[in-house]
Amino acid sequence: MNQPRARTFFEKVWDEHVIADLGDGAFLLQVDRLLLHDVTGGVVMRELRDAGRKSDSPAQVFGIIDHLLTTLPQAAPRDGWSPVAVQVISETRHASQALGIRLIDVPDPRQGITHVIAPELGIALPGLTIVCGDSHTCTLGGIGAVGWGIGTSEGTHVLATQTLVETRPKTMRVRFDGALPPGVSAKDMILALIGRIGAAAGSGYAVEFSGSAVRALPVEARLTLCNMAVEFSAKYGFVPPDELTYAYLREREYAPQGAAWDQALAYWRTLPTDAGARFDAEVEVDATSLQPQVTWGTSPQHVIPVSGRIPAPEDCVDAATRALAQRALAYQQLAPGTRMQDIAIDVAYIGTCTNARLSDLRLAAGFLRGRKVAAGVTAICVPGSSTVKRQAEAEGLHEVFINAGFEWHNAGCGMCGSGRGRLQDVRVISSSNRNFENRQGQRTRTHLASPLTVAASAVAGRIADVRQMDN
Amino acid sequence: MESFTRLTGVAAPMLRPNIDTDQIIPTRFLARLSEDGLGEGLFAEWRTQADGTPDPDFILNRAPWDRAQILVAGANFGCGSSREAAPRALRQRGFRALIAPSFGDIFYNNCFRNGIVPVRLAPDIVESIGTRLLQGRLAGCELSISLETGEVHIPGSGETFGFGTPPLLRRMLLEGLDEIELTLAHAGAIASFRRSDRQRRPWAYLQDPSFPPKEATP
Repeated sequence: MNQPRARTFFEKVWDEHVIADLGDGAFLLQVDRLLLHDVTGGVVMRELRDAGRKSDSPAQVFGIIDHLLTTLPQAAPRDGWSPVAVQVISETRHASQALGIRLIDVPDPRQGITHVIAPELGIALPGLTIVCGDSHTCTLGGIGAVGWGIGTSEGTHVLATQTLVETRPKTMRVRFDGALPPGVSAKDMILALIGRIGAAAGSGYAVEFSGSAVRALPVEARLTLCNMAVEFSAKYGFVPPDELTYAYLREREYAPQGAAWDQALAYWRTLPTDAGARFDAEVEVDATSLQPQVTWGTSPQHVIPVSGRIPAPEDCVDAATRALAQRALAYQQLAPGTRMQDIAIDVAYIGTCTNARLSDLRLAAGFLRGRKVAAGVTAICVPGSSTVKRQAEAEGLHEVFINAGFEWHNAGCGMCGSGRGRLQDVRVISSSNRNFENRQGQRTRTHLASPLTVAASAVAGRIADVRQMDN
Repeated sequence: MESFTRLTGVAAPMLRPNIDTDQIIPTRFLARLSEDGLGEGLFAEWRTQADGTPDPDFILNRAPWDRAQILVAGANFGCGSSREAAPRALRQRGFRALIAPSFGDIFYNNCFRNGIVPVRLAPDIVESIGTRLLQGRLAGCELSISLETGEVHIPGSGETFGFGTPPLLRRMLLEGLDEIELTLAHAGAIASFRRSDRQRRPWAYLQDPSFPPKEATP
């Protein structure tokens, strides 16, 4: 009898979800979880209703309020950050009720950023297909799920049928081997990777992160790693599950319990990539040589070690890349050759679906203890979920942030997109995932970095290398 | 769904790579109670100057490109956020086709569902077409695109470039088909899949929420 063909994790999950082969590479897939947040999910619910359709599998759908919510600590009651945001949240709330789906609403103690609470509550599980009108749904790959971002029309299709028509992507494996040096985190791994392979390198691929450095990462750091798959244009990024994943998920609210847990666990253990399985592309990164990374431009590929100087556009490989670098420098108001550590900052921001989990806040607070934010710097910490916030407060981390001079916010997407009218014409060092022009507010100049680098920079008043600030 | 068969129209060059969906429509235009008016946000930060007046240098503010229906863009156009507001804003401002060496994966799918055909051509061809458009070397700054034949044609010349599209999405766009109806035709396969899947992966199916569905209150 023939041995079964060696398959990758992604192939196994994909094969398990195929309802119908529609030909020419397109498949009708079963969708295990649909997440609908207030910005794009609200539109999906509205369009389903306008089409006169109903939710096919309401039990598999979660509504979540995160994007439009104010995170300001003094806001009571908490609601949308602008009048129209208040209306959209209200509409999402009513539509969720009418559809009979679960809604994790503002006053809910479980409330938070979609990609933070989905693993936290066990909504995301290994081997599940999870979609959301949000490109950072790839984050959920960190728990061994296959999550990806979809549009509004696709979302309406999923809500109506609990299926999706999807073209099978190619597979890529990115191996990080060796031990990470001190001061270097998952955020630095992913930024360094994007700097090397470019912001478009993952287009058309489902990306598996592997290697000893990835296996050594706790689950929360794996979520950070997968969060930025889409920043090199990979719609899907994941770390196949292992014992750390299972330990993380046990007893989570929507994770299977009792005998169902044992059955699930036996199944999950069959999912990792088989020895000898082939990928369409392979990339290898030596984790031992990585340094803390910071972006200088307006694409995530505009990234260098914090110890470096801004490269000259003339050194770019082609005319288009050169033009992009020149435009980025003009937007960022920076000159080639500038030392990253000479760049003064106005705002230091810790938050978002990339880096606002408890482990991120612990790292930042560990550095901030006994230190002060530099004069003239606005420092903001927005926990990724109300659960994270409560846990951090139980450990006294909020006092560390507040004593250092940080604002300590309520949970939500905060100032990642649009800046909430607060960030304008400023230079921000941010633990978020996008440094696009105007992303964090009009004319806001964003530098992406790890929470540790953000904390160090907040104290220094300029972009700082945490490795040189010990003691 | 809106269909697309063929089009001859003004094409505007915007050859920068990695134009992300935040640039196509900034986040501040996304919180809204109706999808109408998304076009107002199209390239909002680029279209206007700091004082709110139109930037005369921005390509889509200049004739003849202010009535462009085709955009010729750099690689990885539409990368970043999944917001379907991006193709919708383009469509509301009259765009029916986009030509680029590559597109963001989510954006690419979203285009087909909004009456826009995304055309992938080789980088050197895109570069050549874009440069000639910018230099006014193509008659009327026009291009012809046919989804039926899968070809881009430069009017008044013999130049024709073939392009491929995923067959299912192509047929949906050509015929303006309702994707949900297409899927519901597979209802039997869906039901039979779920019967066996529920046995195999029972934990993947959650219990119905504890609260009963209610009618929306105004």
